[in-house]
Amino acid sequence: MNAFAQLFEALDETTKTNTKVQLMLEYFRSAHDEDKMFAIAILTGNKPKRPFSTTLLREWAAEYAGIPLWLFEESYFVAGDLGETIALVVDRNVDMGNEEDQPLSAVFSLIIALQKMEAAEQQQAIYKEWSRLTGTSLFLFNKMLTGSLRVGVSKKLVIKALAQYLEQDEGAITHRMMGKWNPFSTQFNEMFSASEAAIAHHTPYPFYLAYPLDQSFDDLGHIQDWVLEKKLDGIRGQIIFRNNELFIWSRGEDLLTDKFPEFNILQQYLPNGTVIDGEIIPWKDGQPLPFSVMQTRIGRKNVTPKFLKEAPLVMVCYDLLEFEGKDMRTEPLSVRRAQLIELLANPALQDVLLLSEEMVFPTWEDAKAFKNTARHYNSEGLMLKKRNSIYETGRKRGGWWKWKTDPLSIDAVMIYAQSGHGRRANLFTDYTFAVWDGDVLVPFAKAYSGLTDKEIDQLDRWIKQHTIEKFGPVRSVQAVQVFEIGFEGINKSTRHKLGVALRFPRILRWRQDKTAQDANTKADLLEMLVLYGS
Amino acid sequence: MLITVSENGWYCAQADVYIDPWKPVPRALITHGHSDHARPGHQYYLCHVDTKPVLKARLGPEIVCETVQYNESKYINGVQFSFHPAGHVLGSAQIRIEYKGEIWVITGDYKLLPDGFTPLFEPVKCHHFITESTFALPIYKFKAPTLIFDELVQWWQHNQSQNLNTVVLCYSLGKAQAILHHLRDHPNNIYLHGAVANLNDAFSENGYHFVGERISSDTNKESMKGALILAPPSAFGTPWMRKFGDYEVAMCSGWMQLRGQRRRLGVEKGFVYSDHCDFSSLNEAVQLSQAENVYVTHGYETQYVQWLREQYHLNAQVMKTQHDNAEQEDE
Ligand SMILES: [Zn+2]
Repeated sequence: MNAFAQLFEALDETTKTNTKVQLMLEYFRSAHDEDKMFAIAILTGNKPKRPFSTTLLREWAAEYAGIPLWLFEESYFVAGDLGETIALVVDRNVDMGNEEDQPLSAVFSLIIALQKMEAAEQQQAIYKEWSRLTGTSLFLFNKMLTGSLRVGVSKKLVIKALAQYLEQDEGAITHRMMGKWNPFSTQFNEMFSASEAAIAHHTPYPFYLAYPLDQSFDDLGHIQDWVLEKKLDGIRGQIIFRNNELFIWSRGEDLLTDKFPEFNILQQYLPNGTVIDGEIIPWKDGQPLPFSVMQTRIGRKNVTPKFLKEAPLVMVCYDLLEFEGKDMRTEPLSVRRAQLIELLANPALQDVLLLSEEMVFPTWEDAKAFKNTARHYNSEGLMLKKRNSIYETGRKRGGWWKWKTDPLSIDAVMIYAQSGHGRRANLFTDYTFAVWDGDVLVPFAKAYSGLTDKEIDQLDRWIKQHTIEKFGPVRSVQAVQVFEIGFEGINKSTRHKLGVALRFPRILRWRQDKTAQDANTKADLLEMLVLYGS
Repeated sequence: MLITVSENGWYCAQADVYIDPWKPVPRALITHGHSDHARPGHQYYLCHVDTKPVLKARLGPEIVCETVQYNESKYINGVQFSFHPAGHVLGSAQIRIEYKGEIWVITGDYKLLPDGFTPLFEPVKCHHFITESTFALPIYKFKAPTLIFDELVQWWQHNQSQNLNTVVLCYSLGKAQAILHHLRDHPNNIYLHGAVANLNDAFSENGYHFVGERISSDTNKESMKGALILAPPSAFGTPWMRKFGDYEVAMCSGWMQLRGQRRRLGVEKGFVYSDHCDFSSLNEAVQLSQAENVYVTHGYETQYVQWLREQYHLNAQVMKTQHDNAEQEDE
């Protein structure tokens, strides 16, 4: 664990991606194969479940440190991170190093073993670890206990380092690392063996992701060279049927087969060795249903028949990645699409698999006009895919673009601020926004992102000087600052004061040129709900 | 009460003197040379001998300044004043005040962990103990500074092997001298920001000498290779830093205990090295004083007062002063 702790420290100390790759490469070169699997699991966020509630953990940490719980909570408030707070208050060995090293697998095993222990036994096991660890190792252990260990590297960088270490292609590494794999049952050599056959049959292909279009359509050439499709607002997914088994993966690499029983029927009709890429979306009467329906659906543990009837799911299919067991990804889109159309011609599939319709426009101008009004057609814009494009791995420029309608936006007044966590501890970064209802400001949305670091600092100082009241970590502030809030959609909601819920609200701009009186009103929001809502 | 907080600062009415006042007064007793404690404009200063060079360098050679040694008593209108090592920076003192059997100790800023250079904190028994609370939460647990200095040297050597310069940010008064004292066996290739060099020069009149070369306008910054550059935190991000070529920056501060703080600052390395007490040192100092009454100033004062009341059943209370608990920019 000590070597991994050193790697963690070093990764934490640099923002340069080349250095990060270099550090991981050095680690892979010197670590044991067994440790490597667990290190890759941690680096890519594939970690064991939190073994118990954090309430218990806070009580134990306070008791172990010999401090009252309120003082622990005060400390947590200042540090902003539970795992870090625990690591600091329970550390009794700051002047000594970690006594003995242990393999990463032992730490994983302990975390998993804890899940099955009685509370008293858990407490004893944890106290034992606390008493012998210090510094970064202690920090890592507690972050795993709280289920919140994140390392400052993207999966892409880990793959890059692995590719260099194994002298393999990055795409091949990405493919092998798709889905959830268990570091206990996966051998390093097996997972990264150069042989194709070694890839488990449930493994999805890496998704090809499009960049937003950031150039003029004049540079794209003839519109006839492109396939244009509606950009739908569902869940990107991959349907796999191999060895008579069906798997449905989300883009986030969650296995959703059990959650979407609608697709079970495919086991009877899909030929073995089929992989389809598309958008999973609730669909009724020839129309997609709004994303909020999808959200309720995902949140459900058990899908009732009533629900299946009211919001049945389909996949709007746009690509065929594997056919008759053959990897199609290097074929041009035109070939893949033709094969897909042929496959979907089987009427037995058509209840759940729809073809993503090709939109034909005479000119780019016509396409643009459609894009700008796409919301009226239940879509977020257009996808542009070059007819001769291969199916790439990950986010790549050139072959595919997404061309979204501009976000909806509204000017709102900041009325509450809350401090952030981790890097943003002690800094106000989470804001609540309000619009006017008569002469009262009514909150309607929270937003976190969208400002530059410099603006956050400036706003943080302003907040500290213009606080009206403090409620725990939240401050109410004078109604002065106006922000342009962008969002992707608007829906009715009974849980929100104004009766509307926004989708993906974010700060577009800080409108220092406007005063609070210039902000929009409840009536403006309700009008948007009528126009674009559901 | 023998000591009160007036609008000018801590005040002893019986002797008509102020301690570390923040507004100009006729007579000021100064615990140490940091700028939030040693302000300009007083008509008379009394401090430890090693604080005098700092006051003269910072407030001007014309100030009226009298000095005492540690443990030497001075009587003012029947009140006995004496200065005792505070372990904070060179020349720093706790001020003990006794009148008719009632004893107060104003600690100013202090630290218990030895740094190998600054005279060690000496516990002083009293009835009334005034303490700061900058790091008065149990998340603050500091390693021995000498261990930190070893890590710093290792890091410097690592950077040298990568052909990088090393910039270390720390207060020019206190931390800089402790670090330079530790580096006396590695005297080559160390450079000092003017603020640090000015103080080192001032201390030389009391016989203290430190390694390191002053960076002036003639210094060829571009030619530095694998150098260690000591600068105050206020230099970070200024044009002054620009010409050192490729370098890594470390911050020495108790605030570096929290990961978020280091990342927010944007430095590569955070050394958890403070010239203040951590939580357990504060508790130790309070207990060593044997005081029944504890007054808690700048920092986490509300939390620490509650802790002292619950844990040690002391008569603890918050005392508001205008001394900083932030990273003070002492230039
Ligand atoms: Zn000080």
